[in-house]
Amino acid sequence: MSDIAEPVYQTEALIAEDIDAYLEQHQHKSMLRFITCGSVDDGKSTLIGRLLYDSKMIFEDQLAALEADSKRVGTQGQEIDFALLVDGLAAEREQGITIDVAYRFFTTEKRKFIVADTPGHEQYTRNMVTGASTADLAVILIDARKGVLTQTRRHSYLAQLVGIRHIVLAVNKMDLVDYDQVLFDAIVKDYAEFARGIGIKSFVPMPISGFKGDNITALSPNTPWYKGPTLIDYLETVEVDNSAAQAKPFRLPVQWVNRPNLDFRGFAGLIASGTVKPGDQIRVLPSGKTSTVSRIVTLDGDLDQAVASQSVTLCFDDEIDCSRGDVIATSASPAQVADQFEATVVWMSDEALKPGRAYWLKIGTQTVSATVQAPKYEINVNSLEQLAAKTLELNAIGVAEITTDKPVVFEPYGDNRTLGGFILIDKISNSTVAAGMLHFSLRRAQNVHWQAVDIGREAHAAQKGQRPAVLWFTGLSGSGKSTIANIVEKKLFAQGRHSFLLDGDNIRHGLNKDLGFTEADRIENIRRVGEVTKLMTDAGLIVITAFISPFRAERDMVRAMLPDGEFIEVFVDTPLAEAEKRDVKGLYKKARAGELKNFTGIDSPYEAPERPEIRIDTTKVTPEEAADLIVERILGVWSPDL
Amino acid sequence: MTRTLTHLERLEAESIHIMREVVAEAEKPVMLYSVGKDSAVMLHLARKAFYPSPPPFPLLHVDTTWKFKAMYELRDRMAKESGMELLVYQNPEAKERGINPFDHGPLHTDMWKTEGLKQALNLHGFDVAFGGARRDEEKSRAKERIFSFRTASHGWDPKNQRPELWNLYNAKKAKGESIRCFPISNWTELDIWQYIQLNDVPIVPLYFSAPRPTVERDGLLLMVDDERFPLQPGEVPVERSIRFRTLGCYPLTGAVESEAATLPEVIQEMLLTTTSERQGRAIDKDAGGAGMEKKKQEGYF
Repeated sequence: MSDIAEPVYQTEALIAEDIDAYLEQHQHKSMLRFITCGSVDDGKSTLIGRLLYDSKMIFEDQLAALEADSKRVGTQGQEIDFALLVDGLAAEREQGITIDVAYRFFTTEKRKFIVADTPGHEQYTRNMVTGASTADLAVILIDARKGVLTQTRRHSYLAQLVGIRHIVLAVNKMDLVDYDQVLFDAIVKDYAEFARGIGIKSFVPMPISGFKGDNITALSPNTPWYKGPTLIDYLETVEVDNSAAQAKPFRLPVQWVNRPNLDFRGFAGLIASGTVKPGDQIRVLPSGKTSTVSRIVTLDGDLDQAVASQSVTLCFDDEIDCSRGDVIATSASPAQVADQFEATVVWMSDEALKPGRAYWLKIGTQTVSATVQAPKYEINVNSLEQLAAKTLELNAIGVAEITTDKPVVFEPYGDNRTLGGFILIDKISNSTVAAGMLHFSLRRAQNVHWQAVDIGREAHAAQKGQRPAVLWFTGLSGSGKSTIANIVEKKLFAQGRHSFLLDGDNIRHGLNKDLGFTEADRIENIRRVGEVTKLMTDAGLIVITAFISPFRAERDMVRAMLPDGEFIEVFVDTPLAEAEKRDVKGLYKKARAGELKNFTGIDSPYEAPERPEIRIDTTKVTPEEAADLIVERILGVWSPDL
Repeated sequence: MTRTLTHLERLEAESIHIMREVVAEAEKPVMLYSVGKDSAVMLHLARKAFYPSPPPFPLLHVDTTWKFKAMYELRDRMAKESGMELLVYQNPEAKERGINPFDHGPLHTDMWKTEGLKQALNLHGFDVAFGGARRDEEKSRAKERIFSFRTASHGWDPKNQRPELWNLYNAKKAKGESIRCFPISNWTELDIWQYIQLNDVPIVPLYFSAPRPTVERDGLLLMVDDERFPLQPGEVPVERSIRFRTLGCYPLTGAVESEAATLPEVIQEMLLTTTSERQGRAIDKDAGGAGMEKKKQEGYF
């Protein structure tokens, strides 16, 4: 224990000498909630154990038990294993891992802290998100020996997703790399690049050792090159977002109507944002009825003003209808009401999302029945790629449309966590299966009704005497996609079919002229093409597209947009050597010479379809034969249905 | 004009919000009332949450018949003051078999408290029960949700807890299943004491030091609270200036020698002390490191 620094931030002297002064000081402390996260074995639990130890939150009997446990099951040899203080479940101690969030408390001279220690393993993502949802700040730990890992990226993404604004990058275990500044700088640079990519605007990097105590409570002599604050300094002084919430428009989701007798009717709830005074004009949502606040009632007497994060009971001047689930808002700037949304959904159940199934959706104090559509895409949290998905499995995160059976009062999650964050509850098992964050409302619902009633997609198709479809040609550059696609369209046209060939270049000249060739832009390019093909199939057309579309995810994304059976993937299978030999446009030569970057097949991969509906081997058939084959196949399959 | 809320104001608001969610969503809630300082704060918060109505649920005291006399006095007084119904439940089987802490060891807690609680909840059909547990008390409690789901047999599955995001609580359950709700989860011992001081919350006088008759046994300083205390041969009660940091059954609750007779003095002593609060209780030592987790899985609060 010789290398454990003496606790430095407990005001023991003040407690002993003037307890009243200490209590006065303590009473006015603010509160900061933060999480620690990062990869397995980055030392999260150890860091928290260290904070508790240094702030004297560990008592003698606990310390004695800790010393005994450390020797018995600890992972630090004969030294104290602080992690054992935090990992509280038997299964956690047996396996030496953190399964569920543990909430810990400590206090310094300036602040009271609630810290949630969140699990690193991917399978416990839902527990990590639980901890993050109430946090103001995240301490992301990195093992200095390992650098930025997949889990680091995943946790940073999740922290950003739930709206944590303050991020500390704690490069831990500096003692094991001889406090190497060059290594530290390299890790910070590496992380900065990644952080920018996911929209983290700023973070505070620190070289620390949770085990040895470097730069936790005092600047360490081992890192004279580090000029920033200690971890505790930063936690004590970082701005807590109270005032920001108070500056927003007044919102109070009504929890409960208080009616002790005929003369009193009060509306109880926690103020989600803004401030309220007697005399304020309010509007009850979703009804839109207006009134004036007459009193703010508490057991300790009426208040002149109440602010965000306080639990209060409001009375109105007149008797207007208002009950649980309603939101009381300032009448000058009321919240939105809608029944269809786009949202990010984090799936938390072993049983995957069932698109179209009804779940309970709880948002604020409103509980409604809701259905989730098949996700627009899933986010690979490790690579941040958008993947096509038909459902969301445990721990998957995706973007999907949600429809509720009743209008919901809401605000975008970025503006208001209370009115933008929701959970989904399985109606049979009653378990919480997902959490979500609303982006914006979709006002398409009415339009679809209006359009679908008389002339829907079936009517369009019937008028043309055909079943709509998308023939999605994919293959290497020079494989023969466009050649075959052209012949196919001519043949369909000749047979009186209504078709349209979507050309990649043409689309990039018009609809997609704002897009470049970054990965994100390429995905957006395909997404828009997908939306256009969807509209055209709604109009009853047979759509033919010819894009290299090298990534399975993008093709699957379009497949997911369309009704089952309408997406026909045509894999024009030409070996790279053959395509390069043909080199119709001379592009392979340029790519080989290094003049073209990200060229599919050369320095960018082509992911061949695993189960295409149609596969054309161009080394065995001519383009003309291939086109006959395709036309015969699609019309052969469909004709009997018409 | 903005103002920064203190940590106690934020904790109070959070607890009140939790209680109102329960009342709005539960069919038949109840508040477990143990008469300790945490129960006292929880009761006070409930009165604030529903003012001017009295809290719209009864208080349930799962009695072991072995509590301190002063606890029974305060219990009855607080029920009257709050205008709430007080339900007292004593396990009839434990009563019939004369289960007591002197002769029966861990069976005493198991039958009176764990079994008694389950029986009481089943008897009345309560679907949500408020408890005054705090996360800073013990390691397995640090991991427990605010709305803690229990099976029809009152079991807790720590590895399969419902995710609990923001301040959104899932109170849905099937018939027979129930929820333990912990509105003061995020309070620390210091928060509790300071809140008691700032709000003049009535607590049992045993928390304050006074001369009381005691004997020393198995390393615990026990108070001879009534004539049922069997003195061992040669044992003579000694008057000592003592107080209690935690209150339970008097034969199982160790006192500390102390001169702290006022709230600030009690807080001062608490802050300068070097042993944890639950150390005075025998219950946590039964099953090694995972004692409380095991008890909770079996249905202990």
